[in-house]
Amino acid sequence: MSIWEYANPTKFMRTTNGALPWLVGAAAVCCVGGVVWGFLTPDDFRQGSTVKIVFLHVPAAMMAINIWVMMLVASLIWIIRRHHVSALAAKAAAPVGAVMTLIALATGAIWGQPMWGTWWEWDPRLTSFLILFLFYLGYIALWSAVEDPDSAADLTGVLCLVGSVFALLSRYAVLFWNQGLHQGASLSVQSGERMSAVYRYPLYLAMLGFFLLFLALLLIRTRTEIRKRRLAALQAREMRA
Amino acid sequence: MIELGKYAGTVLLAYGVSLALIGGLIWQTVAANARARRNLEEHEKNG
Repeated sequence: MSIWEYANPTKFMRTTNGALPWLVGAAAVCCVGGVVWGFLTPDDFRQGSTVKIVFLHVPAAMMAINIWVMMLVASLIWIIRRHHVSALAAKAAAPVGAVMTLIALATGAIWGQPMWGTWWEWDPRLTSFLILFLFYLGYIALWSAVEDPDSAADLTGVLCLVGSVFALLSRYAVLFWNQGLHQGASLSVQSGERMSAVYRYPLYLAMLGFFLLFLALLLIRTRTEIRKRRLAALQAREMRA
Repeated sequence: MIELGKYAGTVLLAYGVSLALIGGLIWQTVAANARARRNLEEHEKNG
């Protein structure tokens, strides 16, 4: 069996119909479990109770970047192999990515006010995240602005390639420019820099929950786009007849 | 009862904004999917 079989809309709809209830259930359990567990963690000795914000901020920021990478892969598949489901999946993912970026920006600002003494700073990571959010909005607007769906998929695919620079910058800006307020990675494989297990395990669960939530929303939204495309094709066929 | 101390407003605001955005996204996704399915089914039924 080849992965390209799922580029067939009928096959995609049939497969995802069976997988969706399980995925939605797993996403709900992990998301609610991770966020509630995170909310119940003890206060940090420096940050106080604001440490609880990390269980929303880090998973949302992680998904904001990774969703753009997923859109990039889907756009490349469209550009190279012309599989319609991949273009529709990229389109379906964009609003989820925009909301994740907005959550990361909002929770960062809310946390930053008491901790840094400011809601916003033109720090490399914050600025590149804001630009990533604007790219998400531009991507969504471009899909809506172009009437022909294949042309829209081509143009948004190119926009996705350009925006990938900012998706990467938002991840590595702290390393590129050793300045600004934003700290480095919250999770590290090096034992000396590791976050305490009290916070690390709920954070892992929240990250898994956000990832599964994205997958569930992506499948539902892609199925919506396939149905809308099918309806438009039927209407166009009737107009011609 | 969970004690959030002097940062209670900050923490609750962050959770409130995030949950509202996620809730809105889920609602919009489910509503759009139901609408698309209904429109397609009606069109196919009416031939």
